Amino acid sequence: MPTITVTRDVLYEKLGRSYTNEEFEDECFDFGIELDDVVEENSVTKFKIDIPANRYDLLCVEGLARSLNVFRQRCGVPKFIVKEATERIVIDESVSCVRPYCVAAILRNIKFTEEVYNSFILLQDKLHQNIGRERSLVSIGTHDLDTIQGPFKYQALPPQDIRFHPLNQSSVMSAPEMFELFRQTYLKPYLQILDGCPVYPLITDANGVVLSLPPIINGEHSKITLNTQNVLIEVTAKDREKCKIVLDTICTMFSEHCADKYTCEAVEIVAMSTGNKSTTPKMAYRTENCSAKQMCMKSGITDLSPGNVADLLTRMHLPSKADGDMVSVEVGPTRHDILHQCDIEEDIAIAYGFNNIPKQIPNLYTIGTEQEVNKLTDSVREEVARAGFTEVLTFSLCSRDDISNSLRIPKAIDKAVLIANPKTFEFQVVRTLLLPGILKTVSCNRKMPLPLKIFEIGDVVLKNEDEETGCKNYRQVCALYCGKTSGFEVVHGLLDRLMMALNEENYSIQQSSDPMFFSGRGADVIHGNKKIGHMGILHPEVLENFDIVLPCSILEIDLGPLV
Amino acid sequence: MGYNYDWKAVVSTQSTGMGYNYDWKIEEAQKNILRTHTTAVSAKMLYQLGQQKEFTPTKLFSIDRVFRNETLDATHLAEFHQIEGVVADRNLTLGHLIGVLSAFFKKLGLEKLKFKPAYNPYTEPSMEIFSYHPGLKKWVEIGNSGMFRPEMLLPMGIPSDVNVIAWGLSLERPTMIKYGINNIRELIGPKVNLNMVQENPICRLDKV
Repeated sequence: MPTITVTRDVLYEKLGRSYTNEEFEDECFDFGIELDDVVEENSVTKFKIDIPANRYDLLCVEGLARSLNVFRQRCGVPKFIVKEATERIVIDESVSCVRPYCVAAILRNIKFTEEVYNSFILLQDKLHQNIGRERSLVSIGTHDLDTIQGPFKYQALPPQDIRFHPLNQSSVMSAPEMFELFRQTYLKPYLQILDGCPVYPLITDANGVVLSLPPIINGEHSKITLNTQNVLIEVTAKDREKCKIVLDTICTMFSEHCADKYTCEAVEIVAMSTGNKSTTPKMAYRTENCSAKQMCMKSGITDLSPGNVADLLTRMHLPSKADGDMVSVEVGPTRHDILHQCDIEEDIAIAYGFNNIPKQIPNLYTIGTEQEVNKLTDSVREEVARAGFTEVLTFSLCSRDDISNSLRIPKAIDKAVLIANPKTFEFQVVRTLLLPGILKTVSCNRKMPLPLKIFEIGDVVLKNEDEETGCKNYRQVCALYCGKTSGFEVVHGLLDRLMMALNEENYSIQQSSDPMFFSGRGADVIHGNKKIGHMGILHPEVLENFDIVLPCSILEIDLGPLV
Repeated sequence: MGYNYDWKAVVSTQSTGMGYNYDWKIEEAQKNILRTHTTAVSAKMLYQLGQQKEFTPTKLFSIDRVFRNETLDATHLAEFHQIEGVVADRNLTLGHLIGVLSAFFKKLGLEKLKFKPAYNPYTEPSMEIFSYHPGLKKWVEIGNSGMFRPEMLLPMGIPSDVNVIAWGLSLERPTMIKYGINNIRELIGPKVNLNMVQENPICRLDKV
């Protein structure tokens, strides 16, 4: 969930009133946002507000205040106007393999104060982080239009052919030089987006000035200052839909600072390879016609007239009119989160107030039951506990060694599911045995009185070609005895006790040469001709690998065949 | 396979209204991941329900492990447990979801509840549930819930007048709040103090 930082007093000024922190928290709560934190930065009070991930129109103070004002009926929903294009961007075929889409818009006669400028930068940051997926899908460039000259060109060139004066640097440099310079800075993750690309995308003006190198950085030449009056916004992307949403969002949010409020100017986009011409931003409006009765049904709201429904939707920034039972809802460029009727239904419920909806219990009769394996697990858990073993709950992810080398069974790793992107070496594989977790628990609990008797029942995962995922879960129980003597007779006794409790006679043990166990002190547990587990005194090397100093005996069996 | 192809149509084009306008690829969908929420399994169960010849109202629950590749700290691990409940019936409403949640959390000893609009990609409407914690003297989030989106259910074969409500919460967080535990590793994993396991009283939620 994205969090935005807004200056409290700026927000209250836009809202036309001030609140106590508690009052504002309540206002946020009913609207669906959350006041997460109140901080002081340079003796200015700032709010950190959590915004739902699909509400791009609330990612800056402009949008947030506007939506809250419409919600509180302090103002109407603005209508956005797109003026005819005077500039154009030509898209060269060379970008299609690296970053194919580009859209643009112009904000004319905009007034930047320091507050507005900061908000402008923060909105771009948030859009980059969220819908832009850290700039990998979408990135934004903003430029002082009066410092550059159209028509503009969006193309991709080999890195060594690009010479560019990056923002806040003192000189022009080649693209490879720039990459070297930025490799140790906060821009490093963005450089990685272009790793391995034979050409880098860039935007230039009619005089060959490089405006920006998406997704890395803008140019020093066209940078925006507090004196900037006309802004060119260019958005480049790998995803066409997200590209449009980002441009719409910036225009709808910041056109309120233009002399012609809520107006922006289009830019013509020409695809060089096809000659196709279009203009952006789209700023599309559409009307959804829905039955008021049907929409309210899903929320369990019964006391609203279609006129009421239209009023509530208008308060949610969706201007609506009722005609009989039908409500025509206008969905504009600030509400890209409205996909289908259920999104509109939710907004009615929000405006009505979730906490005002009457509670009901579903009028349905069903007969409940547990899964067999879980029923058995609960019974086995009781039996093992009654035998004096303490239950533990350990991690199902572990290191490669935990299930192979440390247990003296190096080949066991072949049956394991490996994690492709582990954050630490403790979580490299999914466990194929419960034993490693049990042994780690013994090692961490040295002060416990002896003998120590512990067990765990849980899932392990083994590769299995017959399954859609290529692997399967197996429910196993593992019990351990650790004391001054090895306690082999205790774990053997537990096995016998469990089998008696489960009314299983068809089992036996067969001596094995499993390297995990002391030579001659390891056995396979056989049930109906199949090995379902093993039992024995652990080999001293295994104990050493897990930092255990006393002898241990263990039993581990698969409960699946016993279900 | 048929299920996957229906979903591609739903997501890529405008077959059900606006659509998602996204280039869905089956290779991406087939990649194995450790589930990040048990809703993934609930979806499988709803698909089986949808494949039934005749729809029968159903209530499901699960309590099981989930995995998230997040930064580890005192309250976050790579794996934890989620509790999930699902009710599917004709003409269920948000009012029913609020009713079920009120009854469910009452059983856990939480009666003072507030519901906040939220967002999940697969539910609309979505609600976060907050409860007033008298010790901490503030409202604390105790769960997430919603009604599954029609475009998720219809391709499964679930009739259009059936609504499915669902809710979920983590197991570890409420336990840590109840027992005043600050580090999640004291609750799950090999570092848990076995003395605590042996000496902790029986959990009696209805006894204040």
